[in-house]
Amino acid sequence: MKKMFALMLALAMMLACTAAFAEDDVITLKVAHIGPTTGAAALYGQATRNGAELAAQEINEMGGKYRIEMINEDDEHNVEKAINAYNAALDAGAQMIVGNTTSKPCEAVGAQAMIDRVFMITPSASSEAAIGMDGNGDDSVDNVFQVCFTDPNQGAASAQYIAGHALGKKIAIIYNNADVYSTGIRDTFVKEAAALDLEIVSETTFTDETTDFTVQVADAQNNGAEIVFLPMYYTPASMILQTAAAKEYKPVFFGVDGMDGILDVEGFDTSLAEGVMLLTPFVATGTDEKTVNFVTKYQAAYGVKPIQFAADAYDAVYILVAAAEKAGITAEMTEKGDEGTAEICEALIAAMTEIQVEGLTGTMTWEASGRVTKTPLAATIVNGEYVFEN
Amino acid sequence: MTKAKRKRLILNLVTFALVIAAYIILQSMIAGKSISRSLRGQLVPICAWIVMAVSLNLVIGFSGELSLGHAGFMSVGAYTGAVVSGWLLHAQNMQDTTLRLVLALAAGGVMAGVAGVLIGIPVLRLRGDYLAIVTLAFGEIIRSLVNVLYIGTAEGRLHLSFLNKEMPEGVQMLVDGAKGAVKIKPIATFTAGFVLILITLVVVLNLVNSRAGRAIQATRDNRIAAESMGVPVTKYKMMAFVTAAVLAGMAGALYGLNSSTVVPTQFTFNQSINVLVFVVLGGLGNVLGSVISATFLTVLPEMLREFSDYRMLVYAVVLILVMIFTNNPTIRAFADRLFAPLKQLFRGKKQAGGDAK
Repeated sequence: MKKMFALMLALAMMLACTAAFAEDDVITLKVAHIGPTTGAAALYGQATRNGAELAAQEINEMGGKYRIEMINEDDEHNVEKAINAYNAALDAGAQMIVGNTTSKPCEAVGAQAMIDRVFMITPSASSEAAIGMDGNGDDSVDNVFQVCFTDPNQGAASAQYIAGHALGKKIAIIYNNADVYSTGIRDTFVKEAAALDLEIVSETTFTDETTDFTVQVADAQNNGAEIVFLPMYYTPASMILQTAAAKEYKPVFFGVDGMDGILDVEGFDTSLAEGVMLLTPFVATGTDEKTVNFVTKYQAAYGVKPIQFAADAYDAVYILVAAAEKAGITAEMTEKGDEGTAEICEALIAAMTEIQVEGLTGTMTWEASGRVTKTPLAATIVNGEYVFEN
Repeated sequence: MTKAKRKRLILNLVTFALVIAAYIILQSMIAGKSISRSLRGQLVPICAWIVMAVSLNLVIGFSGELSLGHAGFMSVGAYTGAVVSGWLLHAQNMQDTTLRLVLALAAGGVMAGVAGVLIGIPVLRLRGDYLAIVTLAFGEIIRSLVNVLYIGTAEGRLHLSFLNKEMPEGVQMLVDGAKGAVKIKPIATFTAGFVLILITLVVVLNLVNSRAGRAIQATRDNRIAAESMGVPVTKYKMMAFVTAAVLAGMAGALYGLNSSTVVPTQFTFNQSINVLVFVVLGGLGNVLGSVISATFLTVLPEMLREFSDYRMLVYAVVLILVMIFTNNPTIRAFADRLFAPLKQLFRGKKQAGGDAK
């Protein structure tokens, strides 16, 4: 009986094999993920690696026209290592890149990939320079596309969200004038707010060393701001919330993606963050089918809750497949080495501006510069959890 | 020719021969397209790190002062190189990459040299570990300064500002605060790196084997004895320190011009220690050792990529093993025996040459 069973199993396997061989139009894309999986920024790199791997698994299980073979290289969030990682990935046969996770390495690798003609989609490098924009409207890199918003873009998106949802008209801004991220977002926010007829009643600054925000909060309060816009990381934001609570000042606090993590600040009373809104493309507590599926699978595979970076990378792989389908990448292209990689790059660049992808982080389309267009989503903190407002 | 002199000459010749041979082999590999992309991408950084290690060895190994801010000089060189190259391209429209590279390297060296003089004058007059402390601080100060430094070029002029970005319209940013040096056109080549290594070796080996070099080593071995013989200690220590700073600045310019961007965080205290590890592993006062260990320790982490996340763990273990093995008397004796016939051969030849004379 056992023998019989074994024989049948073997037969079944052979059948399965021949069936697989029959599908000769399956094309395998070699995709390299490059990000800091060790070092100080490892949290982000591991998240993007996991997210990309999960997406690749799903795509391979679904069994469409394209299969994904992931290659993973570590860049340690270091420019020199990033170039090494990129070269190692190409040596391993990578045809396109999901990466780099962080801005500076992405900028360095993007410039090199531009010369080599290798297509890149970065899940989370948010600086403008990562896609080759230099602030003067010059776009020197055409082969790098983003999944996340650029830093300055978040300012415009925040203003649009506030105006679109009629959260209030009188706005106060507190920002860090010694930080590129903070000033970049503030500049575009002010520009967009003027266009949208929002009134900025108070504008105050601080630096990395500031630990007392009484002046800034008082200025916002005295000018009767209904909304306080906080383009900054979560540490100063937590101090501002404490100061406001002490003054019994209760406007709507509106933050950007740097605010993500405020609930985990040590010694911070999370009840103070109740009602705080922040611009973020993804929250793990989302209830739509896609998010639930992703979060469940991610937790089962890696034992932790996915962060925004993981969702971005997950989307990046699906975007690659969508672009490959649109571009009609052929098996022949994938077998021609460097020349084929360059052909794939050109085809994908052309396809990127024509596709629309519905991902975890929203419905996305792209400009030729590599910048993504998607509806900004804002989460509100309710009972110590991020919740999407609909 | 005395025995010590001959031995030194052979060692120096071997150093040059090895570097030149490595260059020829690698160049022919590039020409034959038989080189991996990964190795090819590392060639220029390896050249820069070799120059860094050899120049630091001049300070630590030969003049006996501990410098913990060598990456600071590299950073000065890298930023200067990026600014000079960018300015020449955008403002002067100089398209000749070789000339631009040479000028950028020279400027990087000069700026780092100036920084070296400024630090050296007060500190090298003191006795004790002050140089270590001050160079450590220097590295950190430079890093903080470039974090708030904005340099742009518009209409042929350079615009410089600290803290806030007051730049005219249509400016081409060269250094953009915390974003570092941006939009660098990578112009560094392996050949340039090779030439820089040769220059470094010629300068360092000649300095060390000259009258001044003997004075430098005398101040290291016994300061009081050297002073009593009339050797001006500060002068010779300055000579070694500033030479090392200039070379490090040139290495920095080469390194910076190899990539499209340079950030302040690349030149931290850790990077200085990294160079120190190259020097210590190669042997204090051993130039060839510095060359080999800088190459080996730059390539090693890349060769360990297959260990993925455990790479740096393996790296540390390899480092410890190398330290143990190169200092184990039994193994050294074994290596000596192994190379004895080769040495005999050299000695025989040299003696024959000497007799003919």
